[in-house]
Amino acid sequence: MGGSLFLEAEQPWIIWDWLFAHVQLFVDALVQHIELTVIAVVLALAIAVPLGVVAQRRRAFRNPILTGAGILYTIPSIALFAFLVPYTGIESFTTAEIGLVGYALLIIMRNVIVGLDSVPPDVIDAASGMGYRPLARLLQIELPLALPAIFAGVRVATVTTIGLVTVTALIGLGGLGQEILTGLVENFRTPLLVATLLTIALAFVADLSLAGVQRLAVPWARST
Amino acid sequence: MSLSTILRWFTDPAHWTGDNGIPTRLSEHLQISAESVVIAAVIALPIGILLGHYGRFGFLAMNVSNVGRAVPSFAILVIAFQIFGLGLTPVILALVALAVPPMVTNSYVAMREVDPDIKDAARGMGYRDLASLMRIELPLAVPLVMAGIRTSAVQVVATATLAALIAGGGLGRYVIDGLDQQDYPKLVAGAILVAALALATELAMAGLERLIVPRGIRLLHRPQVARVTAFKAV
Repeated sequence: MGGSLFLEAEQPWIIWDWLFAHVQLFVDALVQHIELTVIAVVLALAIAVPLGVVAQRRRAFRNPILTGAGILYTIPSIALFAFLVPYTGIESFTTAEIGLVGYALLIIMRNVIVGLDSVPPDVIDAASGMGYRPLARLLQIELPLALPAIFAGVRVATVTTIGLVTVTALIGLGGLGQEILTGLVENFRTPLLVATLLTIALAFVADLSLAGVQRLAVPWARST
Repeated sequence: MSLSTILRWFTDPAHWTGDNGIPTRLSEHLQISAESVVIAAVIALPIGILLGHYGRFGFLAMNVSNVGRAVPSFAILVIAFQIFGLGLTPVILALVALAVPPMVTNSYVAMREVDPDIKDAARGMGYRDLASLMRIELPLAVPLVMAGIRTSAVQVVATATLAALIAGGGLGRYVIDGLDQQDYPKLVAGAILVAALALATELAMAGLERLIVPRGIRLLHRPQVARVTAFKAV
C-alpha cells in the first residue's frame, strides 16, 4: 500500500480512510506484540526468581552471576538477535524469545536480589527464632517482603520488553514493530505513526495494570 | 555458522580497507555516538542538576526516563527520518532524544541524595548557593551523574546500529546489509563488532568514572553504585 504514491507530495501523518480499512492489520500486530511480551516476561520471571535467590544466598555465586548479567545486558539486542539468526533461524519465535527472555530476566533477577537484600536481619532472626526452617522462611517471610521490589522489576521488564519487541521486526517478527518497518520501507507515515502510538499506549496500559495488580497483591507497600 | 567462517571474514583484508571497511565504519559509529552523547549531556545535565539542587519538578525528572523507556527508539529514528530526510541530522536527533532521559533522572537523583547535613554545614561555613553547588554538592553527586552518562552512552552506541536502516553509516551497516543480503558471515561479524563496541564503551566509561570521581568520594561510597535506571532501548 501507499509507497511511491506519496513520495513527492506532502504526506499527511495519518490517512484515516486507509487506517479504517486496515484495522485488522494493527489488531494482528498488537496481538503478536502482546504474545511475544507475555511469553518473555513470564518465562523470565520463572527463571529469575530461583536464580536471584541462589545469587543472593550463595556468596560464591553472587558476583559471577551479577557480572555475567551486567555483561549480557550491555550487549545490544540487535546484535544478539543478529548473532542468533544463523543458528535459530529468521522469523523464528525462538530467536526473538531468547533475546527478550534474557534481557527481562536480567532486570527481574537484579530486583529479586535487591528485594531479598532489603529484608531486615531482625525479621529473619525473629522468623528463625519462631522455628521457621530456611525454605519456609524464604517462601513465607523473605519473598513476600521482597515482593514490592520484584514487582517493580517486572514492571520495568515489561515496559522494556514492549520496546525491544519492535526491534525484532528486523528479524521478521516485531508485532507493531513490523508496521513501523513497513512505514520506513514503503515511506508511508500512517502505519509508522499508528504503530508507534499503539506501542507507547501498550507500554502505559501494561505498566498501569501491573501497578494495579501490585496494589492488590502487596497492599502493605503502596508507595509506588 | 562455524567459527572458521567468521574468522575468515575478519581476516579478509578487503574488510579492513575502503569506505565499507571496519576502520571507516567504526569511526563513523564512534563519531555519531560521541556527538549525540555530548549534545545530550549539554542539554540534560544542567536540567537534572538544577532540578535536583532546588528540589523542583521531581515527579517530572523521575518519570522522564520511564516515558523514555516506553517510546521505542526504533520508532523515534524512523519518525526523525520522515521529518528530516536523509543525513546525519535525524540520526543524531533521535540518539539525543534517547540519551537525555537517563541523564536527567540520574543527575536529579544524584543531587537529591547529597546529605542535607553536608549542605547545612556548607552554608554554615559561609558557602553561597552557587559555591555550595559547584564545590560541595556536585563533587558528591559525580558518581551517580556519571552512572547516568554511562547508561546513556551504552544505549546510544547500541542504537546507533539502527542508523544503517535509514541509510546511515556505522557498524550497523554490516548487520542490516547482512540481513538484507542473507550474508550470514557478515551479519554475525557485524553483531560481534557491535557487541564488542558496546562492551568497550561500558568499560571506557567506567574508566572515565574512576578518573573523574575524587578519591575521597570513591572511598566514601559503597563499591558498586547501583544505577538508578535500568535502561535498555535496543
